[in-house]
Amino acid sequence: MRIVCPFCGERDAAEFSYGGDATRLRPDEADADSGRWCDYVFRRDNPRGWHHEYWQHLHGCRAWLYVNRNTATHEIREVRMAEEHVARLRQEASE
Amino acid sequence: MRRGPWRLERGGIGIDRSRPLTFSWNGRPLSGQAGDTLASALLANGKRVVARSFKYHRPRGIYTIGSEEPGALVTLGSGARRDPNRKAPDVALHEGLQAVAQNCWPSPRLDLMSVNGLFAPFFVAGFYYKTFMRPASWWEPVYERFIRRAAGLGRLSDAPDPDAYVRAEASCDVLVIGAGMAGLEAARTALRSGARVMLVEERDWLGGRLGLEPAQVDDRPATAWVAHVAEELGAAERASVLTRTSAFGLYDHGMVGLVETLRPQSEQGLARQRYWKVRARQIVFATGALEQPLAFAGNDLPGVMLSGAVRGYVHRYGVAAGRRVLVAANEGSGVETALQLCDAGVEVAGVVDSRPDNQCKPAAALDERGIPYYPGHALVRALGWQQVRGARIAPLGNEGPMPAGLQTIRCDAIAVAGGWQPALHLQCHLGGRPPFDPERGIFIPPSLPDGHHHAGACAGVAAADAVRQSGRRAGADAAAACGFAPAVRANSSLHGDNSMAWGASDRLRIVPAIDGGKRFIDLQHDVTVDDVALAHREGYRSVEHLKRYTTLGMGTDQGKTANMLGLHALGEVAGVSAGEAGTTTFRPPYVPVAAGAIAGSERGQRFRPWRRSPVESWHRAAGADMITAGAWHRPRVYPQPGEPSSRAVSREAAHVRAAAGIVDVSTLGKIALVGPDAPEVVNRFYANGMKTLPPGKARYALMLRDDGLVMDDGTVARLGEQRYLLTTTTAHAAEVLSRIEFLLATAWVDLDAMVASVSDHWATFAIAGPRSREVLAAAFPDRDVSDAAIPFLAVREARFEGLECLIMRNSYSGERAYEVYVPADWGQAFWERALAVGADYDLRPYGTEAMGVLRIEKGHVAGPELDGRVTAEDIGLGRMTRRRKPCVGGVLRDRPALQAAARPRLVGLTPLDARAALQAGALLRATGKTGPEAVAGHVTSVADSPECGSVIALGMLAHGDQRHGEVIEAWDGLADRVIPVRVGPSVFVDPQGSRLHG
Ligand SMILES: [Zn+2]
Repeated sequence: MRIVCPFCGERDAAEFSYGGDATRLRPDEADADSGRWCDYVFRRDNPRGWHHEYWQHLHGCRAWLYVNRNTATHEIREVRMAEEHVARLRQEASE
Repeated sequence: MRRGPWRLERGGIGIDRSRPLTFSWNGRPLSGQAGDTLASALLANGKRVVARSFKYHRPRGIYTIGSEEPGALVTLGSGARRDPNRKAPDVALHEGLQAVAQNCWPSPRLDLMSVNGLFAPFFVAGFYYKTFMRPASWWEPVYERFIRRAAGLGRLSDAPDPDAYVRAEASCDVLVIGAGMAGLEAARTALRSGARVMLVEERDWLGGRLGLEPAQVDDRPATAWVAHVAEELGAAERASVLTRTSAFGLYDHGMVGLVETLRPQSEQGLARQRYWKVRARQIVFATGALEQPLAFAGNDLPGVMLSGAVRGYVHRYGVAAGRRVLVAANEGSGVETALQLCDAGVEVAGVVDSRPDNQCKPAAALDERGIPYYPGHALVRALGWQQVRGARIAPLGNEGPMPAGLQTIRCDAIAVAGGWQPALHLQCHLGGRPPFDPERGIFIPPSLPDGHHHAGACAGVAAADAVRQSGRRAGADAAAACGFAPAVRANSSLHGDNSMAWGASDRLRIVPAIDGGKRFIDLQHDVTVDDVALAHREGYRSVEHLKRYTTLGMGTDQGKTANMLGLHALGEVAGVSAGEAGTTTFRPPYVPVAAGAIAGSERGQRFRPWRRSPVESWHRAAGADMITAGAWHRPRVYPQPGEPSSRAVSREAAHVRAAAGIVDVSTLGKIALVGPDAPEVVNRFYANGMKTLPPGKARYALMLRDDGLVMDDGTVARLGEQRYLLTTTTAHAAEVLSRIEFLLATAWVDLDAMVASVSDHWATFAIAGPRSREVLAAAFPDRDVSDAAIPFLAVREARFEGLECLIMRNSYSGERAYEVYVPADWGQAFWERALAVGADYDLRPYGTEAMGVLRIEKGHVAGPELDGRVTAEDIGLGRMTRRRKPCVGGVLRDRPALQAAARPRLVGLTPLDARAALQAGALLRATGKTGPEAVAGHVTSVADSPECGSVIALGMLAHGDQRHGEVIEAWDGLADRVIPVRVGPSVFVDPQGSRLHG
């Protein structure tokens, strides 16, 4: 598998490490609602198909990336800086 | 010139008759020719029984002419180079090759284990599951030994592999897999279009079937055409051609794994094999097709061979499979085989063609040569004991072969033509299932993501000119997809049609056993037609279940010649077509790959990068006993000559408490954190309050995971208003850094702070003991090291040789102690200086083992306690981290189950017998209680404490904080020992902490 890092270009998957589900917005540490934290930490879908994921370019620029990947075919549709994805999630949450 | 008895007087385009090679077979010298494979050389020498089968130990001969070989498994080499389960047709002959027949004792012709065959009725499908079930206690002593001895495949050497291997990475525009006619055309077309091309071929010559039978291309011999294309590819800088290279795995995004055999064994350090990771923008599969067998009684006898192989051995190697060959076919190629053999000087006993009379063309050419033709007949049974001596055939009626018409034909070899099946294994590695084409009775390529092309026989293209065209088209399409203008030449004709007939689904593949005998499907695992029927009767309907139950297709050949027949057999008993019966999943590797090739040079010391403390060479020179800790090698203890290691550990630990010691802790993770919001980052990241930590101070700190459990511990040192140095344990350094980076990138995007690893920047040493301040003063003569200048938990700058260093006063031993951070390049210089100037104060080095003793005596937690299952409360740090402030894990740590009083809590344990052999991992339970329910915790760390004069331990015990004084049991199930221990506080030494300032 290859991932196109926005900073470094197309790189082998071996340079990256998987960083988990990127579908949820992380609650603020000041948010004392344990239900929201449980949702964020434990309640994850494990889809066969398109999925939102975090990956880190660990053996490269170390950037945390958002990757839109198909878990069945490993096709990758989009790679962005994680910050941009978080901004998008926040935008959606505020709407 | 010596020739084997089966070598023909002429012919053999692939061998050099002027260059004999000597090799050894079962310890006896034999002769072959340059260009031979082991299989062709064995056949030439008349060696027909070359192995024994897996289950019944039936004699096995050479069956195919490629890597799909199921039966002729041999072991090459000896000693550490013993290489088992090699397929004889896939082994290039070389001078001095040593090969032995496999699975035979004492010899392939006289095999005592073949007595298994007499018990054949008991060795049915699921035999292993049924027979070796109970009693369970028999498994290891009886069953396993029996299975291993009787049914094992070749034996691997247990010595380290002495050969060298290398790995290589490559990229290209177009990768073509298979160098038959289609692959050569595809590669050439892509090259001419401007693409960078790689062509890989598993044999050591190009041409595929063009190299195995007489053919003409562009009005010249096929070999000349192949040589011409090879020359064009060889001359082009943009092309590379790899022979003896198997594409064994297809992976995502155009990744292909190849293994290239460079030489039979390493010479002068040169590698035996090269493992290639190739990234191709476009891939062309030209993997060809595999001929399929027929199931008739006795079809496993040596002498029965696929017809394409029989033709190939004659044409390429000048070797006859027998002196009188009978051809049995269910499609049109039988006649062609007979003609080729006859023209090469091999006597043909006849052609048995199971197609109905009206589909068989009159065969004038056979008549001319006096070859009997039996249209509408089936070969019912091969006759012979160790090898084929004859065959029985019968005319086919509406109900199958008619017993009344049985006749016997004398022959010593049978060429079997059961139709062809595209070789699709590699194409299925991405998870696709090949669809079945009922018209032609074959599976065709599955749909693949863009960038994959099929050419030639593997695409279901049969006629030679069509094969050629499909190669060109695939090459052109692949080049065009890379942005090149495709160069496609005009069609040109091809003479000598060697097209393979696909076996239409109505052809007779499984001949009813009207004359008795076993009909084999899988020659390696001895699976018969009856086994498939039995498995189906027992309920194994799915092909995946059938496969596992009967072990059909699960051998080292992955059933390349067995799976199709198996599906037809299953379809027959289930009353469905082979396509409806399903197909099994294909997984890499396509051919067995030596583990050494995958490892390449990354073995032994090079298994992974070795991280070295700047002082490592000093430790080794000092005679330290080194221990592997992750990627590091750390000094465990520095024993004196003749001193037992356990005594040395106690001596070192005692010395720290008596005077002073220095230990290398450079392996600690170190992270620099800077930025205006750095104080906020540490405050959120650690469970302790950090807001009040002033510049110049350090604090022990705990990190939690999001779920509230402890992730790691370490020190937070505030070097300046916006500057921190964070330390982590050796094991968690990488994880903690990644975690902070993650939080900054995905959660705390508004905070302005940056982190970087400085683990390799600093060499770090702890100087501990009552005289440590004197040592420090001597090491930093220009610096005030008084308690006023460096109070407990202070961080101060200092200079060594003009270089900036840090002194951090903290302690894990309970003694007065300082951590000194020195730029790594000067680490050893400082270490030596400290020991030199510290000699006056009796400073001595101590190892990680004594460090462990000291921390256990003080009840400090480390890796064994922080095992990912404990909360801050569990390890007695609840109050320290109970500041009401938002932090990672701060919410979920309050879940009721994590706060339950019954959770195992950190305790100290002292065995009643001070010398008891207590081990970490022992389970804790109330005295006299047994069984799983009684387990109330476990021992985490054990030390032989010189200070306490006893073995002591830390452990996690339910309600542990309320059970001080109680005597319980530590049960060590591995050693079957029960050791009474007294529960107490986790701090064994100086609970008031007065020594910290002593
Ligand atoms: Zn990058």
